[in-house]
Amino acid sequence: MMAAPSAGGRPGSALSLDRVWHVYEHQFLLYRRTWRGSIINSFFSPVLFLLAMGVGLGSFVDRSGGDALGGVSYLAFLAPGLLASTVMQTASFESTFPIMAGFVWIKRYHAMHATPIEPTEIALGQLAWSATRITLVGSIFVLVMGLFGAVASPLVLLAIPVATLTGLAFAGPITAYAATQKTMTSFNYIFRFGITPLFLFSGTFFPVEQLPLFLQPVAWLTPLYHGVALSRSLALGTAGAEPVVALVHLGVLLLFIGGGLVATLVVFNRRMGR
Amino acid sequence: MPTDPATPPLIRARGLTKLFGSFMAVDAIDFDVAKGEAFGFLGPNGAGKTSTMRMIGCTSPVSAGELSVLGMEPASHGPLIRSQIGVVPQHDTLDTELTVADNLHIYARYFGLSRAEGRRRATELLDFVQLTDRAADQVEPLSGGMKRRLTIARALINEPALLLLDEPTTGLDPQARHLVWDRLYRLKQQGVTLVLTTHYMDEAEQLCDRLVVMDKARIVAEGSPRELIDRYSTREVTELRFAPGIQETLDGRLDGIAERVEWLPDRVLLYANDGEAAAVEAHDRGLRPETVLVRRSTLEDVFLRLTGRSLIE
Repeated sequence: MMAAPSAGGRPGSALSLDRVWHVYEHQFLLYRRTWRGSIINSFFSPVLFLLAMGVGLGSFVDRSGGDALGGVSYLAFLAPGLLASTVMQTASFESTFPIMAGFVWIKRYHAMHATPIEPTEIALGQLAWSATRITLVGSIFVLVMGLFGAVASPLVLLAIPVATLTGLAFAGPITAYAATQKTMTSFNYIFRFGITPLFLFSGTFFPVEQLPLFLQPVAWLTPLYHGVALSRSLALGTAGAEPVVALVHLGVLLLFIGGGLVATLVVFNRRMGR
Repeated sequence: MPTDPATPPLIRARGLTKLFGSFMAVDAIDFDVAKGEAFGFLGPNGAGKTSTMRMIGCTSPVSAGELSVLGMEPASHGPLIRSQIGVVPQHDTLDTELTVADNLHIYARYFGLSRAEGRRRATELLDFVQLTDRAADQVEPLSGGMKRRLTIARALINEPALLLLDEPTTGLDPQARHLVWDRLYRLKQQGVTLVLTTHYMDEAEQLCDRLVVMDKARIVAEGSPRELIDRYSTREVTELRFAPGIQETLDGRLDGIAERVEWLPDRVLLYANDGEAAAVEAHDRGLRPETVLVRRSTLEDVFLRLTGRSLIE
């Protein structure tokens, strides 16, 4: 049975996309256990939010005149913002607990590293999986927006890749941070003092211009603000009118993604190369 | 000589060193492992065994010295070396969220095997480790021994030439240990080179053709179990156990009775080539131990002599 050694993977230390794919495949195998619940949740969560906030609360907001919202219904204003906020939450979840499982709880990453797979490939496979989950959640959300009639432009389809980028702008840095941790204690702080305030104050529920003046620049520094603004301009079809603004939003998101990616690769290699 | 100069060793280490910051985990050790051999690292916890194994397994960089595994350097050929070895880590890293069979299937993919080939090998290996009837079960409810066997099956999915086992039977009950030993023995018969760490003397005696004893990051002895016993112990050992309080009053009365006399808290060990004669001599000197046991020397006597009796935590 134990004949000649098989040359699995590709020789040498160069990055192998095959091996990245195998890491991704593992995540896919895990997702097969929970995909039904996950899909149902991704559908009903926006339905409930858009019903309660968009339709319910929105009827009051619309009655008092929607000038601050740029003349659109509250539902149409809220939905693309909520899309960006939702993928942020998905990304944050996918970038914390699964990473801890990989390094500490289940030690999946250590099992992978005993094979030809390199830490860089593990990190890329994990981020690729996060991107998939984010895209899935974003797509279902846009579908729900369509069902609610909360779209004003076919450009809304571009809000799906924008949602993916918005999610990755969180997934990159948070994955890097999670990979430095030995316990999950600090994850609560991320959600309580990071994700929740961003969710509430980054322009999802009301324009950031309503914030106190000194807080507005703080909003500009967060990726969610740019994700919300860009996704809203696509759903409302106003992006074409201000292409430079749209590109700035896109640029900020890409900056966070790039920084997070580099940080993740550094941390994974450091942690697994001791 | 353990290695034939015509065939280069499978693993060769010269001055191999591992530093964690200023902590010296492995201090310039030399060893060779020949093809087909079962080679053991024996030593107390913290002796540097696991650090050495991780360097051989190319998951921990070498701090200094030379290391070649399968004729290649870990620093430049990590993935290629790892594609040809199997690793059974000290702590199980099975995916407890997947089934027994899926653990093997996904591992096969890591080595670039097709799904069909992965399934074929998984079936074969589950049979080899006697887990066929658990193939569709979750990993979590398996016993410790079953998890260990599954980890061994997983380490064999790439048909490795070299299998690294870090404390393969720690924490298992005797039946489970014997089953693991049996499977490892069969692998050895098939020509797989085994490198293992252990702090169980019986495991080392059962499995290892040759071993090194490590203590405080260094190798303190090397040889076959038999050679080590001959070199560092006597043929026999006589154990004298006295009633409480008596042992402390024996000052000097055992001098010269054996090659070496070792005082333990609860008994006295007389290292002699003729244990029976030593027991008679003790009796003639008027000593009346409660029990007398004459036995052959084991690797444990060697180990305790070389690494000391103080508890290392």
